[in-house]
Amino acid sequence: MHVIDTEAQEVIKDILVDTRPRRFALTPDETELWVSAELAGVVNIIGLPALEIIDDIAFLPTGFRKEQVTPVDVLITRDGTRAYVALGRANHVAVVDVESREILDYVLVGKRAWGLALTHDESKLYVANGLSDDISIIDTESLKVITSIPVGMVPYGILIDDH
Amino acid sequence: MIIRALLALLMFSAGVGGASGPAAAAKEIFSIGYLQREGDPAYAPHRAYTGLVLRDRAPALHGAKTALRESRILGRSIGVKFDLRKEKLKESDDLISRIEDLIEEETKVFLLDLPLEEVVQAAHAFTGTDVILFNIRHGADELRGPDCSSSLFHTAPSDAMLMDALAQHLFERNWKDVLVLEGEEARDSVVSTAFQAAAKKFGLTIVDVRSFVLSNDPRARDETNIALLTGGAEHDVIFLADSLGEFGRYVPYQTYDPRPVVGSEGLVSSAWHWTWERHGAPQLNQRFDRIAKRRMKDSDYAAWAAVKSVVEAIVRSESRNVEELRDYITSEAFTLDTYKGAPGSFRRWNNQLRQPLLLHTHNAVVARAPLEGFLHQTNNLDTLGRDQPESACRFE
Repeated sequence: MHVIDTEAQEVIKDILVDTRPRRFALTPDETELWVSAELAGVVNIIGLPALEIIDDIAFLPTGFRKEQVTPVDVLITRDGTRAYVALGRANHVAVVDVESREILDYVLVGKRAWGLALTHDESKLYVANGLSDDISIIDTESLKVITSIPVGMVPYGILIDDH
Repeated sequence: MIIRALLALLMFSAGVGGASGPAAAAKEIFSIGYLQREGDPAYAPHRAYTGLVLRDRAPALHGAKTALRESRILGRSIGVKFDLRKEKLKESDDLISRIEDLIEEETKVFLLDLPLEEVVQAAHAFTGTDVILFNIRHGADELRGPDCSSSLFHTAPSDAMLMDALAQHLFERNWKDVLVLEGEEARDSVVSTAFQAAAKKFGLTIVDVRSFVLSNDPRARDETNIALLTGGAEHDVIFLADSLGEFGRYVPYQTYDPRPVVGSEGLVSSAWHWTWERHGAPQLNQRFDRIAKRRMKDSDYAAWAAVKSVVEAIVRSESRNVEELRDYITSEAFTLDTYKGAPGSFRRWNNQLRQPLLLHTHNAVVARAPLEGFLHQTNNLDTLGRDQPESACRFE
């Protein structure tokens, strides 16, 4: 990962993260940057402003092998308490407590979950399932899938316009 | 102050400039050797009938160069500059003493683009020494079996892996009765034997094995005429072992029965194909094309994977010591991004790179092996090739 000073337009630091970095999410207080590493099956946590890796979270839902866990999208809620990580080939979304970095739950969704989006009130989480050609809608209170909706082929990302 | 800084994540770490900034750190050079031999028969001009050139003779050097270019920024982050040292040995040069000279000059990792006998020779000579050799070219199962060496790693897939991939596809299609056509070359018989072993492993039936000859002698009609060669045997599919390619190119559409051809023509099993478009492959193909001005093929991929493996080991283990690098490469922690959808690693029992394989025609990838449903108790990639219990390789 590269840190760029936008005024000087210069790379000021290279941070070595795990294999195939995909997405990142900043905590609202800007003290942590979470980076998903698709092939390593982990999220690297970079401490700010020190710009050093301070922790990793490895995911492994029951019944899956390490190589099937391919995290892509990462979302952190506005209050900075909870993170959602789409686990790709492991067909689950991981729910993580940001402060303790503990995995609270794995929610079973469709095949190869990639893109995530929260509704504005953060009561529902939408998940794009690339290989089952549908989206799953998760109730963030009960952490259960309410419904799945078939969409076009290989859905990748989601944008919700509910402001 | 954080707000002022834009944090840019690069999904594919290669191909990005910006040499300024943290490049200030002093750079150590890590050199990787690429060995070739003058007069190597694999690169000898080979003309087919009517002067056509069938065989692609571009050396895999460009694959290594692509990997090196991708590694610039990784190197920058740890203060190492990776360098490729190309050596073309003269016909009279002794391979072993040349490698020894290079080791003296601090090059200890080598990609061997050499004939099979020389790879075997080097592997035996440097077993147990502080050197890493990569076989980037040969599928020969002996190299992963009786002739294996703890210093020799294989990024090229073995014949057993390639044939297992094909057999999985035939099984999945329910094309279970196979007619085998085999040429006169020694290599044809090796490939045919590997396919027959794969057929047995996955429950296919070989209905007959027939030899063909490249000839226009009318008395040899039974072995030159494709309709005669393929008639009189109930089969679903034809497996063709033809390393020269001159006979094989006429087999599809000339068969007695309308049956697909696989093996050397038709559906081919490879480590890489330029039309592969999943798992980031288009980006790798583009990066290769920018450097080589041609399409990326199997051997380029093997050379690329070898350099990437070394770079990955250096970056993750934070070591330049060859013994430590070798330990890291064969450890559980090692992961290679194969661009084929499953992380690559090396089999500890024979130093073979685990990787998915592609089944393709001349212009499309039809399937990726291991196919869905072919399961293994530890890693599904081990359904391809010799698994630990059946491996004849014993290090040291």
